[in-house]
Order: sequence, then structure tokens, then C-alpha cells
Amino acid sequence: MKQVYINSIGSISGQKTFDNNEFLNDIVDYEDNVISVIDPIYKDYIPPAAARRMAKGIKMGVVASKIALQDAGLENVDAIITGTGMGCVRDSEKFVSAIIDNDEQYLTPTSFIQSTHNTVGGQIALELQCKGYNFTYVHGSNSFESALLDAKLQLENNEEHNILVGGVDELGDHTVTIHKLINHIKPHAVKSSELLKSNSVGAVFAEGANFFVLSNEKQASSYAEVTAVKLFNTLTKAEITKAATDFLAENNLEVSDIDILILGNNGDIEHDGYYHELQSGPFKNTQQVYYKHLCGEFNTASSFGFWLASKIIKTQSLPESVKLNNIKQASFKTILLYNQYRGENHSFTLLKQC
Amino acid sequence: MDALKQELKENIIEQLNLEDMSPEDIANDDMLFGDGLGLDSIDALELIVMLDKSYGIKLTDPKEGRAIFESIDTMAAYITEHRTK
Repeated sequence: MKQVYINSIGSISGQKTFDNNEFLNDIVDYEDNVISVIDPIYKDYIPPAAARRMAKGIKMGVVASKIALQDAGLENVDAIITGTGMGCVRDSEKFVSAIIDNDEQYLTPTSFIQSTHNTVGGQIALELQCKGYNFTYVHGSNSFESALLDAKLQLENNEEHNILVGGVDELGDHTVTIHKLINHIKPHAVKSSELLKSNSVGAVFAEGANFFVLSNEKQASSYAEVTAVKLFNTLTKAEITKAATDFLAENNLEVSDIDILILGNNGDIEHDGYYHELQSGPFKNTQQVYYKHLCGEFNTASSFGFWLASKIIKTQSLPESVKLNNIKQASFKTILLYNQYRGENHSFTLLKQC
Repeated sequence: MDALKQELKENIIEQLNLEDMSPEDIANDDMLFGDGLGLDSIDALELIVMLDKSYGIKLTDPKEGRAIFESIDTMAAYITEHRTK
């Protein structure tokens, strides 16, 4: 069985992450309950004729993919696997609104064509002229990890050599309004740096795209090795610790082998308890890291965590802004990521230095 | 007629997301498809819907559309003659 390596990264988020030469050097501290990405210059990557029909999520996905391919020194990949929770929600909103507003008359084709969840994967393939395997996973906050698992299995079995894997979600006005109504978005603006002290329900919603070239061929420039991924649809708080330690045991590791635990805390007092179980339990003497104060919450926000872990391992540096505690580590060789959203779709991902 | 041509240019730019264009960039006799603005078949569908929604004109014969959508001049002439709203 082949090993699986992260050979490149491309990220568009609420921070200036599209520049791979930087690593959270200048943090943007928001004060809001919904945050948008910092846009790269999309025209530098997408011809205007192609860009004019692309909604934000498609542009973010295409550009993050192109950055990842450049970073890997590749012209193309063997397969494209995308994870998205909401897909092209803006065009979905536009199309459904047009149906309602125009009494089911005058329906235009563009927003309908672009509204499907697999539009991003399709547009990336068109841009790259990649005719290989193309699959989109839609599974709430496990969407990215589902894509990751698929890629990992194919690379381990040597079915493909280079696979573009990513997570992408965009904000849509109507979706944001609905999530505010049901208190899934925080009822008040929160300073990013004080997210975990917000003492309120809901999350700070956001958008983003994080793409990676995974390969079963290691390069000198590889970021890390993907050792394991495990998904759970449901877990109770009481089961989290055992699920985490069992996952480590399955990979012949103990808690003391983990240099960094990266957690998906989003400041929701109703659901951050899952993370607190690990923080104050077996990993209390482990360096803990969080990231959703930087990128916000969306179904594929964990792909930003994956980006963060990749950068930490490659650069062997840990930005102050992501530290949850201060446990001195000589080096960062093994990182465990844990994420869930509203108590569902839990994932454990293990990366190690290569 | 000039007001209608200006309105058409603004609508086309908005409906077809021609972000980098302004009405001044489109000459009345510019070809809308092919070598001119470079519009394609999806744009043609958008224009058919626009004629129906904004001017009450239902195009049923696709061959008819080819001549009507040749330029702003031809569109404006057809709309002036056939509009119901």
C-alpha cells in the first residue's frame, strides 16, 4: 500500500492565505457575525469570458485549485475530488427566487446550470481540461473529509498518482438570513480574537476554499503525510474521548505522540463542549490549536484546519494567533485534527511529517 | 429608438454579467455573437427570456432569433415593431 502525501496547498479564506509565501503573518481581526473571504485578483487566474458566469464559490474553488497546482509544479492532475456542504448556494437562491418572483415564468438558464453542487468540480475540470475521475461529496461538515478519504484510498491503492482534493463553500444572502433566524449564526457581532469568550449560541458564518494536491509520490517540497482519516455521523460527548484514543490506537499512537491537537471550536456554547472533552481530558498536556476565529464556520471549514496543519508541519512554526494553550514542543511531527458541527459529522484526521 | 438601444445595452450587460463592459463599449451595429461580443448559445437563451419578460415578445422559431440578435440595431428594430409591453 502506498503512502499519501500533501504535495501542495491553495487557500482562499478570511485571512490572506492565497499567498503561499505567507503564513498568517498579518491577522485580520473581524468584528461581525458573518465574514467573507479576502479575494485574490480572480482575473489573474480566470479568463473574463469564463469568469462572468461563475459565482463566488466557483471562482474561489478554481483559483484555490490553480494555486495548489502551481505550488505542486503540475499542469494537471489525474482526478478532482471536491467536498462542499452547500454547493453553489448563491445561484440556487437566485434560481429559486426567480421561480417565486416571476410566478414560474421567465426562468433563465445560467443560474440553474450553475446551481448544482458539483459545478465547482466541473468548472475546475474545464479550466484544467482534466478528463479524469471527478466526484463531489456533499455531507455537511464531513464533506471535505469524505473527499479526502476517497482520495486517500485511491492513492494508497495506486489507482491515481496526483489528486486535487478540496473543500469549498460560499455565503448566500438568503441562507445567511435563514441561519440567523434559527440561531445557527450568532445574534451579535463578535471580535475574532474573542470568539471563544462570546458566551452565546451559534457560530460566525463564513466561506472559503482550500484545495490540495495529494500524491503517492513524495517530493522534496511535500508538506506532510496523511496517515489516517475517520468519520462519524454521530457521537455523544461521552464517546468523544474514547473515539479519539481508539483512533490513535488504530494508528499505533498514544496521546503523548501527538505534538499538536487542532480543534474546530467555533464559540457556540451549546456545542463546543465536544472539544472541551478533549481539551480538558487526555490532551490537556498537548499543544492545542484552533482556527475558526480566523476563517469562520462553514461546512468545509475543516479544510482550513487541514491547510493550517500542513503549513505548521512544513514550516515547523506555530503562529501565536492559533494557540489555545502554551505547551512547549521541540518540533511538530504529528498532528491530530478533530472537527464537528452542531454535534454531528465528527472527523479525526492524522498528519505526520514526511 | 436611441433610448431603447441604451436600455438594451444596459440590460445585456447586467443579464449576461459582462462585468468589464459599459454601454459605450457596445456599438449599435456590433455583432453580438461570434466575432463581436462573443456571446454564446446560453446567452441566446438569456436574451430570449429577456425579450419575453421585458417586452412581452415570445420567440418560438430559433431561426428567427439568429437575425433578431445580430446587433443592438436589429434587436431594437424588432422590439419596436413587436413589443406588447
